[in-house]
Amino acid sequence: MSASSIDALTQEDVSLANAHQRSSRRKRLYSLLLLLPLLTYTTVFFALPIGMMLYRAVSNPELIQAFPRTIAAMAQGESAPPEALPSEQVFQALEQDFINAPNVAVVGEAARRLNYENSGYRFLIMTTARQYKRSVGNEAVAPTAKQRLADIDARWVSQELWADFRRASPAYSPYYLLAAMDLQQTDQGVVAVPENQRVYVDLILKTLKIALVVSLLCLLLGFPYAALMVKASRPMQVLLFLAVMLPFWTSLLARTTAWIVVLQEKGIFNTFLLRLGLIDQPLPMIFNLLGVYIVMVHILLPFSVLPLYNVMKSIPPHFMRASASLGAHPLRGFFHVYLPMTLTGIGSGTLLTFIVAAGYYVTPTLVGSAREQMLGYFIAFYTNTTVNWGMASALGLVLIACVLLIYLLAARLVGIRQIAGLR
Amino acid sequence: MSSSKKFAALALFLVASSGVAQARDLTVVGFGGVTQEAFDKAYFKPFATQSGKPVVQDTYGGGLAKQKAMVESGSPTWDLVQMDQNEMELACEQGLLEELDHKQLKNAAEVMPDAFSTCGVGAFIWSEVMTYDQKKFGADGPKSWADFWNVKKWPGKRGLRKQARMTLEIALMADGVAPNDVYKVLATKQGQDRAFAKLDEIKPYIQWWETGAQPLEWLAAGNVAVTAAYNGRIAIANQQGNSFPLIWQQQLYSMDYWTIIKNTPNKEASYKLLDYILSSKAQADFARTIPYGIVNVKASAALDAKTVSALPNAPANMKDALLLDTPFWVNYEEDLMNRFTRWVAQ
Repeated sequence: MSASSIDALTQEDVSLANAHQRSSRRKRLYSLLLLLPLLTYTTVFFALPIGMMLYRAVSNPELIQAFPRTIAAMAQGESAPPEALPSEQVFQALEQDFINAPNVAVVGEAARRLNYENSGYRFLIMTTARQYKRSVGNEAVAPTAKQRLADIDARWVSQELWADFRRASPAYSPYYLLAAMDLQQTDQGVVAVPENQRVYVDLILKTLKIALVVSLLCLLLGFPYAALMVKASRPMQVLLFLAVMLPFWTSLLARTTAWIVVLQEKGIFNTFLLRLGLIDQPLPMIFNLLGVYIVMVHILLPFSVLPLYNVMKSIPPHFMRASASLGAHPLRGFFHVYLPMTLTGIGSGTLLTFIVAAGYYVTPTLVGSAREQMLGYFIAFYTNTTVNWGMASALGLVLIACVLLIYLLAARLVGIRQIAGLR
Repeated sequence: MSSSKKFAALALFLVASSGVAQARDLTVVGFGGVTQEAFDKAYFKPFATQSGKPVVQDTYGGGLAKQKAMVESGSPTWDLVQMDQNEMELACEQGLLEELDHKQLKNAAEVMPDAFSTCGVGAFIWSEVMTYDQKKFGADGPKSWADFWNVKKWPGKRGLRKQARMTLEIALMADGVAPNDVYKVLATKQGQDRAFAKLDEIKPYIQWWETGAQPLEWLAAGNVAVTAAYNGRIAIANQQGNSFPLIWQQQLYSMDYWTIIKNTPNKEASYKLLDYILSSKAQADFARTIPYGIVNVKASAALDAKTVSALPNAPANMKDALLLDTPFWVNYEEDLMNRFTRWVAQ
């Protein structure tokens, strides 16, 4: 083109470009506004609770709230050797804390927290509190606060109690996180808890193992199922789709109870096999690990099948035909042509199944034995039964950390785009 | 309508609907199952008819977490709650329950004095006993907790509650400890180790239940051979056609309590319902529906001999009975429960 015609790319084209930029900016603004509810929702209901869980796993406010004067007095007397008993000022501060306790709940919480260091401390705190509530005004007692407390219970003048008290008093404590990994803090540093109390490391490994086996089983069953769904005729497709979606649409407890009825000793399956004469004794298929696998695979199959189906649907059929026409054996064609194209579906489906399975606890508790309890059961136990939210948060963090670790591992091996389901 | 009018109408609607405070109906919470059905028949339905206002029911599995969360958040959704004695003491200690004002309960004079506690009044006396299917073992079934451990003579799975309370006492009694000494032994470390070692003997055979209905379901379906279960629920199961004998020897009994959540808005209505529950007519109806011991003395005296013989506190049933020690469990529950839950998972 001549120079003049290039100059002719002038006002009109520039104004067109500007108009285009303005309208696309407006469109970007609209799409951001549409996204805003989702972003707010994610921040408030996802990031905030996880942040609070992190906080609760390390926060240790109970003793500070119940014994503020005592802890302040202990901080002042820091120059004294830690093995010695605290000074008289500390004991007087302790008395004041008991007398001026704002309400019974605060002292109860401190009793609960101190009981974790050594059982028996709850009794100590509650009886001392009751003594002070009762005998306010009764002055015919020992001269020093230390003596008065020692008269109530000898443990108040023992080094062990004060060492435990000191350990349980900081505002932030690693106690819960350590306990969640079967460790404890003693005067000699961080050591493992006694043999008969070690359970969480085994538990997390068991949980991850069950989740892994369930995801692999779902993959093995789900892959041919999804491939069939793609190839089938329309009415058959609808039927297959309904069959796999049905677990989503029925209540969890109804499904679990139905499985118990089917698989139990006098259940449908065993009666059928016994009548046919294939077995003499009923097979134990429920209330054990096998039962957990069967029921969990049934419930989690849709999580594997649907991503796989989505990916397989968009694989053009002529690729396999082309590989056959080039002389490849169908199996070879499958491994070299078809499978790599479904890798995104495999990655996202298996990861989704794994993450959901790792968090399951209601189903394994209902259909498994006590040995198949998963980590979620303990989180629920600490949240609902013993109201130990610090421990529940710590275990929750351990679960998140493990799942995140596995996600990163898989992302390294398979590729992060494949895992996320992106092409 | 123009768009500005539509907007104004929408805004007005939103403001109006948010301004209307929804007054919550009286909510009463129990442990569910046939016991709750008996409550409904004897207490809640007649009270609702009498007062003209609905009574909403809910169930829970025990523990303090919900009450704690409710009271801390300042908006309780429960009013009257059935609680185990030791959990009630703990909740009272932590300031989660209203301290009971006897002046608001007109029927308090007819209730036995032992049934009153700082934060609650007795709901009923229940008992955990051993039971099995008579169709399986006939007349030659297990007769004591020591027999419960004999898996050779009476093969099959064993059902026990997935909780340290009651299960550890059963283990000690099976190991030969007399009921009067059980808590003395259990308070020591050797005693606790002894109980867990005894449970280890049959651990592979134990199937743990968490709700009162489960052991009876499993017994009826043949999933367990011998189980511990609550006497009232066994009696109802027998009414439905089963034949599960109740082994009263070495029974464990205790009282459940009615409690009122602290600062609930329906405090007055809760007291009215509680007063109705403590009346002699309602208590007699309850005892006739399900064989649990009642707290109204007048009603107890008026029960017929057949009903009385099925109650936990009938003299014939009290041989070697063990009263669950609440102060012991208030002190040791958390610790033993933690140890128990960990032991179960190993």
